Amino acid sequence: MTTTSNAAAEFSRRRLSPAQRIQHLLHAHPWLSPLLILVLTTIVFSALNGRYLAPNAQSLLLQQVAVVACLAIGQTLIILTAGIDLSVGSITILSMMTMASLAANSKVNGGLAILIGIAVAVGAGFLNGILVTKVNLPPFIVTLGTLSIFTAIALLYSGGASIQEDRLPDLINWTGTSIALGPFRFTVGVIMVLLLYGVVGFALTQTAWGRHVFAVGDDPESARLSGVPTKRVLLSVYSAAGLIYGLAAWIQIGRAGAASPNGIVDANLDSITAVVIGGTSLFGGRGGVIGTLLGAVIVGAFTLGLSLAGVDQQWRLLAIGVLIIVAVSLDQWIRRVKA
Amino acid sequence: MTTMERLAVPLDDIPEDRRHVYEAEPLLSARNLGITFGRVVGLDGVSLDLYQGEVLAVIGDNGAGKSTLIKCLTGAYVPETGEIYLAGNQVTFRVPQDARAAGIETVYQQLAVIPALDIASNLYLAREERRKGPLGSVLRMLDKKGMRERAATAVQNLGIQTIQNMGQAVETLSGGQRQSVAVARAAAFGSKVVVLDEPTAALGVKESTSVLNMIKQLRENGLAVILISHNMPHVWEVADRILIQRLGSCAGVITPSSHDMGEGVAIMTGARKLT
Repeated sequence: MTTTSNAAAEFSRRRLSPAQRIQHLLHAHPWLSPLLILVLTTIVFSALNGRYLAPNAQSLLLQQVAVVACLAIGQTLIILTAGIDLSVGSITILSMMTMASLAANSKVNGGLAILIGIAVAVGAGFLNGILVTKVNLPPFIVTLGTLSIFTAIALLYSGGASIQEDRLPDLINWTGTSIALGPFRFTVGVIMVLLLYGVVGFALTQTAWGRHVFAVGDDPESARLSGVPTKRVLLSVYSAAGLIYGLAAWIQIGRAGAASPNGIVDANLDSITAVVIGGTSLFGGRGGVIGTLLGAVIVGAFTLGLSLAGVDQQWRLLAIGVLIIVAVSLDQWIRRVKA
Repeated sequence: MTTMERLAVPLDDIPEDRRHVYEAEPLLSARNLGITFGRVVGLDGVSLDLYQGEVLAVIGDNGAGKSTLIKCLTGAYVPETGEIYLAGNQVTFRVPQDARAAGIETVYQQLAVIPALDIASNLYLAREERRKGPLGSVLRMLDKKGMRERAATAVQNLGIQTIQNMGQAVETLSGGQRQSVAVARAAAFGSKVVVLDEPTAALGVKESTSVLNMIKQLRENGLAVILISHNMPHVWEVADRILIQRLGSCAGVITPSSHDMGEGVAIMTGARKLT
């Protein structure tokens, strides 16, 4: 580096106002804002009730958010490509009822039932991907349609009835098994979700596939001209999301102690909420799964913190609504970052 | 065919210090390229020769067939008639990836860069390099550090001083810097021919100058450059030869020393015939 270019770099650095500095920082690390919100909520709720930070309370928090946090991984992938998935909940219910019904009613071996259930979820995600890439429909419309289709299939197949855990093989219920780690109590499901975050986070940040996901979401035409196989990337994203929803279905059975077709009706909006609060841009190409995990935990923190503080849960709804709007406004501001 | 015929201009019109470029065989040759779109004749038997270390400008009015010619050379269109030769061997490009694999890179007018990704990621987009050993082969982990270092070298080779940090997101760069990234991307990775489509159209005076310097640097580095531009002063500043397209045909080839801009524009618009 020459002295002149150093001076130029120095000059450009000095021109930044404090607000611009924050803008640049958040631009480079979109997970910083949800982290800040989580730290603030933790301080407030632990001040309101000392038991909030107790290991059993925090373990409960993780168990409560595990399924939504898992679904939000798939949702993050799709939102990163500038899409949206409204069929999250319906794919999960379809996968869950397939697993449970095969095992309980058709007496299929537990492991095989799980594999078929996950395969159904991958197929459902793949179908979304085909409709988006080959038929060129907007993701919103595709998944709005498949939301109804998959829900209907799940209800028709299962007859709309729940299947309790005593009718299911141990392997399917295994995700609800609790494991003590020091003073904390994790379930197998929670550990699976955390591992999944690690795997997807690695794939997004350390592999060429991850780069291509961001590129397709940010500017699909430029990505195509640069040689990125955009359609194949999109298909892989929708299929991977399906795989993740299939795992979430298994975790949900363990968590709820039953496979119920009415179990996770709010999953669509909850998963989008976690992604948005987590700092991933709805316009694609910016964000990541670390933020999403923080976003899911923030929602759980409000639920837990308000109930420990003895406050009406409606305040949670209000707070989350405000957070969503703040998060998207912040994203709009960060997107205007300039040199 | 003699060099003189291929050049389509008298060797005397080429400055003495540039004549050595034309002693070699042409790197890219097109013969009688033709393409029609329904009843519209896009190209009507256009031929050109491009030499290593040369900047060949293509000028012409809107609809004269500049872009069509370039798209035929870069695989975006498949010409209906005529042949393309690269280093003497006949080639057929069905898709842009074919041309890219053969060493012909295009910098599009709309700049195919991804704003959210950093400079190194953009340079290596769709040709990422993995780490050595199991981290790369099994976990498919990217060699981020290596790509950043090589990206920095690629940018330095173009004489670009204003870009230092390869980890900087492209959306934080100015228009001229983004153009530099797009050109660096095209010029790296052992490409032989770089096609630039209106590289200065969206830039200010100062940024245009740095892009023009970059084009000269590409020529110094031994690449063959095709420059499409509407900006006559820019063309006259950097081009070795100027191919004038008019109504789908080649109206002639001139050099900045043989004709001035006014004459060039007159030929381009048909007000004057090249004799």
